Amino acid sequence: IYLFTYFFFLLLYIAFMLFIVFDNAGQFFSSGHTNNWAVLVCTSRFWFNYRHVANTLSVYRSVKRLGIPDSHIVLMLADDMACNHRNPKPATVFSHKNMELNVYGDDVEVDYRGYEVTVENFLRVLTGRLPPSTPRSKRLLSDDRSNILIYLTGHGGNGFLKFQDSEEISNVELADAFEQMWQKRRYNELLFIIDTCQGASMYERFYSPNLMALASSQVGEDSLSHQPDLAIGVHLMDRYTFYLLEFLEDIHPASKTNMNDLFKVCPKSQCVSTPGHRTDLFLRDPGSVLITDFFGSVRKVEITMETINLTDPINPVNGELQIRKYSYVDQLPVSEIIHQKPKQKDWHPPDGFILGLWTLILLVFFKLYGMKHLKHIF
Amino acid sequence: MLTASCCYTDRRRGQLAALSIAAVVIIVGVPLWWRTTETYRAWLPVNQINELANLQLQLSADVEVVFARGTVTPEQQKKVPTQVVISLCLFCSSPLEADLSLHTLSESPCGSLVVYVIPESSTLLPEDVDVYIGQRRTALLRIGAQMRVGRTLEQLLAHLEPRIKQVLQVMSFSHTDITAALSDRVRLSPGNKESIADSMRAFKSSPGYEITFSLLNPDPKSHRVHWDIEGAVQTYIQPLLTKLAPLANFSIDSQTLYYAMLGVNPRYDSSRSAYTLNSDSLAHVINPVEARLGSNAASSNPVLNFLLYVPDAHHSPLHIHDHKKQEVLSNAFHSPRWGGIMVYNVNGFYGPEAVFPVDININMAKVMGVFLAQLRLLLGVQSSAPPPGFLVAPCSSTGLADWELDRLMWSRTVENVATATTTITSLAQLLDQIGNIVINDNIAQQVSSAVTSLQLAVAELEAGNLGFALQYSKEAILASERAFFDPSLLHLLYFPDDQKFAIYIPLFLPMCVPILLSLLKIVSEARQKRRERQAKKD
Repeated sequence: IYLFTYFFFLLLYIAFMLFIVFDNAGQFFSSGHTNNWAVLVCTSRFWFNYRHVANTLSVYRSVKRLGIPDSHIVLMLADDMACNHRNPKPATVFSHKNMELNVYGDDVEVDYRGYEVTVENFLRVLTGRLPPSTPRSKRLLSDDRSNILIYLTGHGGNGFLKFQDSEEISNVELADAFEQMWQKRRYNELLFIIDTCQGASMYERFYSPNLMALASSQVGEDSLSHQPDLAIGVHLMDRYTFYLLEFLEDIHPASKTNMNDLFKVCPKSQCVSTPGHRTDLFLRDPGSVLITDFFGSVRKVEITMETINLTDPINPVNGELQIRKYSYVDQLPVSEIIHQKPKQKDWHPPDGFILGLWTLILLVFFKLYGMKHLKHIF
Repeated sequence: MLTASCCYTDRRRGQLAALSIAAVVIIVGVPLWWRTTETYRAWLPVNQINELANLQLQLSADVEVVFARGTVTPEQQKKVPTQVVISLCLFCSSPLEADLSLHTLSESPCGSLVVYVIPESSTLLPEDVDVYIGQRRTALLRIGAQMRVGRTLEQLLAHLEPRIKQVLQVMSFSHTDITAALSDRVRLSPGNKESIADSMRAFKSSPGYEITFSLLNPDPKSHRVHWDIEGAVQTYIQPLLTKLAPLANFSIDSQTLYYAMLGVNPRYDSSRSAYTLNSDSLAHVINPVEARLGSNAASSNPVLNFLLYVPDAHHSPLHIHDHKKQEVLSNAFHSPRWGGIMVYNVNGFYGPEAVFPVDININMAKVMGVFLAQLRLLLGVQSSAPPPGFLVAPCSSTGLADWELDRLMWSRTVENVATATTTITSLAQLLDQIGNIVINDNIAQQVSSAVTSLQLAVAELEAGNLGFALQYSKEAILASERAFFDPSLLHLLYFPDDQKFAIYIPLFLPMCVPILLSLLKIVSEARQKRRERQAKKD
């Protein structure tokens, strides 16, 4: 009978705790973030790396669909596949064979493109050390209550990731960059996903708190691509991201799926490589972390209870409305061009051809008439 | 090398050559290589930075306690250190009027408080209220009943001290406020839910904020909406922002968006014959709208968005319901660190036979009342209820009482000091750890000025000069952010040691090998000669 009362009280206690968690202010406890950011990077160029761009664009598409606005996404694509000369279907990037799903769409906003995707720019975006002239769309303006999703794809190896076929970022640099982000409190929680060969080596060196990492393959394994499309002629997606995309298509902004389901995406039977994950630096239990905490952007809201009673009448704004009309500066100052005086041409010394010609003539002369005349000249 | 059969002078010359080359390489070459490959690191005040790391803040606020007539006997009057004893206005019937008349006496500087102690029998305050907090930096405190008969000065002061402390905690700063402001530096375990929610809701301290007012009209065919936003901002919002000018710069703009729908479909409630938005769906309203909002922000300052949504004719009236399915009076909600949205129903302004489109003028006083309340919350003016027995004066026309401004200034100063200290110490640690980073002169200068400003801010906080402390803390945070986020601190990326070897070996090894070998040969020859000489001697 003691057991029964004990269980009864335990249930009561659990019910009470649940009630507190779902209370209004308790809503804040569950995740502690107020906004979401995403940094999606494709690091490889050339047409045969089509699948890396398709990977990044499909994650971009899912993240946008689940609510993160473009102003909070930093998309870095190292090459332009949609408008590549070898693309038989221009302005499209497909992720399924038979061209079922065009992930390029018509509202893709690429922030860093082509040769701007370098290790230096990537680290500058993460640490925030950008020159003052950088526009807002190219900055990661996160604060201490932002959850950030970082997705990297490309060619990698044991401890490094290749950028643009000419430089590499090592796992130590990445870990140091995350530590600098933590020092400046630029994130609340960070989810790091990498889809490259030997991807697990990239998160081995992390040491900052609140990081969760997923990789498509362990050290010593290769991540494989999914399926080629015979019309386009290249492989369209990598396996891990393909199944990740399939998993994300089932998520909608109000869904309650948690991270443990994400860890099960693409088992060895489908992926051939063994996906890995790392949660020891993460403070919360992965089972209580929602997918939409990172991939979506569910805002917290509070009802406004109080208002202020304003009684003063509005003062009319003094004077007429000063409407300043702005107009473009004359792009082609035609009048100046027409009435231009011809510029004074500066005197130039004779150029090489004329000099050479005179030298030739002099040499021929002295050859003909003998060298003894030379000493009269020089 | 030539064999021993060669003549002596040649060998001697060879040895001298080898020795001189080795000497040049070691004496001239190695230091030259060291100097040309070292990175330029300007001097940083590391000792002072380490001192700052053990930050100990002392906050002091000036409190003036004024005893009204009837609270102290004439003999005690002589012993009381604070001299002014006044008689409170006899014709004032409400504490508000008393408050206003007291302002004519003196203007207290920012950061300080004046507490007027009034007798138990005073009728100024209602029965159950012991403390009245005015709009400026004054409070009226009623002596408790037990202090009426035959009490000494010490008893009186001992009775008053905890009550004045409580007033201070409400009006200036309390332990929870300061720990919340320091949460950037010290992630303490959660105190209570309200303080966590408060710290998540308010924007972090920033040198400037951008405020954008947007009017969303999804149905321009039915409603032609006019709002006098310029006049409303000038009359209602600008006084508050002018008062907050010591804290940050504000820039305001406004826009109108047509055909902007909410992302959720409201449900029709036949019992109230209105459309309803319940609290769960509110969270999904913001994202689709945010994608369409324009912004004038060219700086990296945080943006506060205030949206006024006029529902379309088919979905009017639209009410927001809270968790308990009650209608919300203000019909507005806000999102932490983002802004606020208000729904303004206009179906009451026209009848069913109106000719569309209908001209509608929005009542800006009502709208700005809601936006002003949301703005207060988002900027960090605390919303917690005062303790029992306290009566707070209603909001002045600016929307912010002086003591609320002081409270905000205290917490912002502490937050700035904590953030700047964390930034400087982590920057110093980073530069110490990675030996490859170049430290330019301007970074060193920024760091020094940040350290100086921090020390001054801490000193001013101790002295109680809140205005100066805030100014110094702002300078400190600007300098520290500029130093930390300087683009030049990323120049030399990580060089692992094996890469360094790989670079230097092909350069130096071919040069060093002959020198070493020749030196060895010289040494072995000298030793051999000495052995021969020894043998010859014997």
